[in-house]
Amino acid sequence: MAEKVEFELVSPERLLVSEPVEMVVVPGTEGDFGALPHHAPMITTVRPGVIDIYQDGKVTDRIFVAGGFAEVTETRVTVLAEEATKVAELDPAEVNSRLKAAEQSVEEADGDAARNEARRGLLVAQAMRVALDAALPLH
Amino acid sequence: MPSLKDLRLRITSVKSTRKITSAMKMVAASKLRRAQSAAEQARPYAVRMERMLGNLAGSMAGQSGAPRLLAGTGRDDVHLLVVITSDRGLCGGFNGSIVRSTRLLVSDLQRAGKTVKLVTVGRKGRDQLKRDLGRLFIETYEGIGRKGVSFAEANDITAKIAALFDAGEFDVCTVIYNRFKSAISQEVTRQQLVPFPVPEVTAGAEEQATKALYEYEPSEEAILADLLPRNLAVQIFRALLESSASEQGARMTAMDNATRNAGDMLNALTIRYNRSRQAQITKELIEIISGAEAL
Repeated sequence: MAEKVEFELVSPERLLVSEPVEMVVVPGTEGDFGALPHHAPMITTVRPGVIDIYQDGKVTDRIFVAGGFAEVTETRVTVLAEEATKVAELDPAEVNSRLKAAEQSVEEADGDAARNEARRGLLVAQAMRVALDAALPLH
Repeated sequence: MPSLKDLRLRITSVKSTRKITSAMKMVAASKLRRAQSAAEQARPYAVRMERMLGNLAGSMAGQSGAPRLLAGTGRDDVHLLVVITSDRGLCGGFNGSIVRSTRLLVSDLQRAGKTVKLVTVGRKGRDQLKRDLGRLFIETYEGIGRKGVSFAEANDITAKIAALFDAGEFDVCTVIYNRFKSAISQEVTRQQLVPFPVPEVTAGAEEQATKALYEYEPSEEAILADLLPRNLAVQIFRALLESSASEQGARMTAMDNATRNAGDMLNALTIRYNRSRQAQITKELIEIISGAEAL
């Protein structure tokens, strides 16, 4: 059996995934990276996007994360997500309404801090939409 | 001597009180289970975040330009206290002990010539502290965790604290909450949030070996600048969870005691009721008999 890497995905509310996987592709801030066993240790920030879990050469699970942090060691990948949902469980109607709400709050925000906050929310919603669009042909 | 009717009324009222307290105990017990499991589920995140932060802070140690949330403002003049209490009463000494500890800390700090500011979470703490410390309030929250504590709520509070810190409104931030020890015991805990005390890394051999070799993407400073506010939120979230579990535990114990007391009282009242009823019957009999003898 091929060597595996221990993958853990935790959100503030709970531990979502903890299992050995063949490879995991994480959307890092400076580009996606795939983590296999014996990856060089690193710590990086994660942008809103989709984590792909590979088992036996195929994508077995796709999970949307709204940003966070990832820690990679030779044997382990830990992702601390701000929010995480399986792509298959994203609700298109909800995503659309969230996108709309986010757009609106960007327009209405006043003050730099509020505007930045609203922009972040919009980025998350947009990434969600993209993840959903990419997933649709599969279903 | 209360009349039979009075006694009967009292017995009914104690009975219904006992019903209420025992129902509240059941509710608290089931909420406690939920709150406790929520607190447990949140633990992995906090643990891993601490590990990451320990690694980062370790490699940043001794360098200048560490973010202010970690290093502090270099002063110690203005203290911000975040006081976490419950929205509802009937939970024994839960809120009282927090309020007492807060008063103590405030007067200690003020005697040392520091300025104190307060942020309260929960209605009870606000109400009890308002009388003497009301002018120190800068923000009060209510209704947190009514449907179970969510991370978004912790985020709201954190955003406020971070904004205050950026505006230079305080130098040191401490959170005061009840830490959950077991269903029957809680412990008032003061935890310093800003500047953040660097956690001791109790790493295994694996971490020791790789510790110095981490690559950072983007830079260490950038990650740390992101991670620290996040950590603040996690710590607050944790305090809220602990507090809500403690609240249910305290309420459960308090209501259990109340139910037991009501039971004792009911027994005593019933005995008294029966005795005086018997006394009255005897008295009536004597009256009838002596009336018959007189004829």
